Amino acid sequence: MTIVKNVAALLAVVLLAACAGPSKSTVDENAGSAAGAQGGAMSSGVGDAGAGQGSAMGGSALGGPGAAQENRVIYFEYDRFDVKSEYNTVLQAHGKYLSANPASKVRLEGHADERGSREYNIGLGEKRAQAVRNVLLLQGAASDQISTVSFGEERPAVTGDDEEAWTLNRRVEIVYGP
Amino acid sequence: MSRPSFYRAAAFAALLMVSAALRAELQIEITAGVDKAVPIAVVPFGWSGPGAQPPRDAAAIVAADLARSGRFAPMDRKDMLQKPTTGAEVKFDDWKIQGAEVLVIGRVVQVAGDQYEIQFQVFDVLRGEQLLAYRQASSAADFRRNSHRVADRIYEILTGIRGIFSTRIAYVTAVGPAEKRIFRLIVADADGENPQLMFESTQPVMSPAWSPDGRRIAYVSFENRRSEIYVQDLRSGSRKRVSARPGVNGAPAWSPDGRQLAVSLSRQDGNLDIYTLDLDSQMLTRLTSGAAIDTEPTWSLDGQQVYYTSDSTGGPQVYRVPARGGTIQRVTFEGNYNARPRMSPDGKQLAVVHNDRGSYRIAVVDLARSYTQVLSDGRLDESPSFAPNGETLIYATREGKRGVLATVSANGRIKQRLSAVEGDVREPAWSPFPLN
Repeated sequence: MTIVKNVAALLAVVLLAACAGPSKSTVDENAGSAAGAQGGAMSSGVGDAGAGQGSAMGGSALGGPGAAQENRVIYFEYDRFDVKSEYNTVLQAHGKYLSANPASKVRLEGHADERGSREYNIGLGEKRAQAVRNVLLLQGAASDQISTVSFGEERPAVTGDDEEAWTLNRRVEIVYGP
Repeated sequence: MSRPSFYRAAAFAALLMVSAALRAELQIEITAGVDKAVPIAVVPFGWSGPGAQPPRDAAAIVAADLARSGRFAPMDRKDMLQKPTTGAEVKFDDWKIQGAEVLVIGRVVQVAGDQYEIQFQVFDVLRGEQLLAYRQASSAADFRRNSHRVADRIYEILTGIRGIFSTRIAYVTAVGPAEKRIFRLIVADADGENPQLMFESTQPVMSPAWSPDGRRIAYVSFENRRSEIYVQDLRSGSRKRVSARPGVNGAPAWSPDGRQLAVSLSRQDGNLDIYTLDLDSQMLTRLTSGAAIDTEPTWSLDGQQVYYTSDSTGGPQVYRVPARGGTIQRVTFEGNYNARPRMSPDGKQLAVVHNDRGSYRIAVVDLARSYTQVLSDGRLDESPSFAPNGETLIYATREGKRGVLATVSANGRIKQRLSAVEGDVREPAWSPFPLN
């Protein structure tokens, strides 16, 4: 059997990629999550979406790109994708920000804990991201401002195979960016 | 004003493939065997050729294969009183005294430069009868593979079941800390040797699935920071993106004729539904609809039905739908979690991930009797895949905090564990039988 192997030239591209990611943002330092860290990298500039820092309106520690880390993650119950009412205030703030800043965009990254099958968990992550999306739409965001992606159980926020880790991994991360 | 495109750079980063040979990544340990493994003597094969020695020790490979099956107990070479290489030298009474019930002898002959023949004979020691005599041709490069084929033939003559020693296993590894994980799709021989890197990415790789002819693998890659389905040719390594629609593109499963993939797509509306994708025409046929998570399709042997996971009644259960669309039927009823079905090679059973009193375990569901038998004993077992002879399943489990692979015989009695040297191993997929 011969499997194609040599595309070593692309190694150079990897180095490029490593340099290409903007790195000034540190919003996700506490998250310890790869997806979160990359999301943070993309959300580096508050005014990146075109609104410009001066014109961005309605942002706060609750919602918008300047929101505190704890207000950028929505957690879910096991095998559930309904948004708990405790997140109403936070999602209202994000929705209002998006409504007031039509050029800004948000990416919702859905995740699941590691239990059960992997593709089903992709489904759960997608459902969770869609559930958060629906709340944001109700709060005035436009559908073209929101994209979703599900990583299932592939990008855990924390490692560990106990209830504590699982609770932190069933989540949707709200990532502002292009 | 232009900014560096993070997305584009990440996409290229994901495409890197390196030529460095991987170390043998999997180490196999038999954790439970049958009570009475058949004692067998595989005598070192003779050598005849201008070269100093054969490319590999075929008899050692054969003995290791038979031992790994759990059904045979090969005799230690040191304990062999004679080492015959031709039938005329065999003295059955001596092998009886040594306790061997089956005897394998052979010779490796270098026919020409890179042409070898593994000539071997299998004897029933108790009856003093020859059961099989065969010549397996080989090049030096394929000597390992062909030694496994010798073991396949011996296994089949002794058990009546086709051997799987020359088959392969695809799996995914994840190595490194969370923020710097490298995901690799690897194809190795069934004994864990000869691992070949198919694809490598800094983003997740999931759900490898063999084409029915064993020449291609479909899988999901997040190299563009979203799920997309690719098909890669094993021999050439060339890969093609076959589905990158908006939303989830997941869970590819080849139709028995190799022309279609059943997939799970969420498209615009965010609902995961089952579709078939014709690989030549790219035509999609939608099989399910509605708000449920429908995913993880697998085909019936005749290609007429697609089994899949759906949470339409709450927790995930297995359902089936005609492959051209039609009435949906629920298949699993036992327990509150039955997901990721895989069809057995005889079409009579589904392997599933089953919640067994709070633990996720591998179970087989008998389709005729709707009876569920739990086979594994882990806490977080997943991704079962049948060997092509149906005798064994491979699946992913945990060893401490690490992901490892394990096999269990379909009757639950023979168990093995396959650990990687480093990192997590997951999502094993057993290849079909080789074509020739």
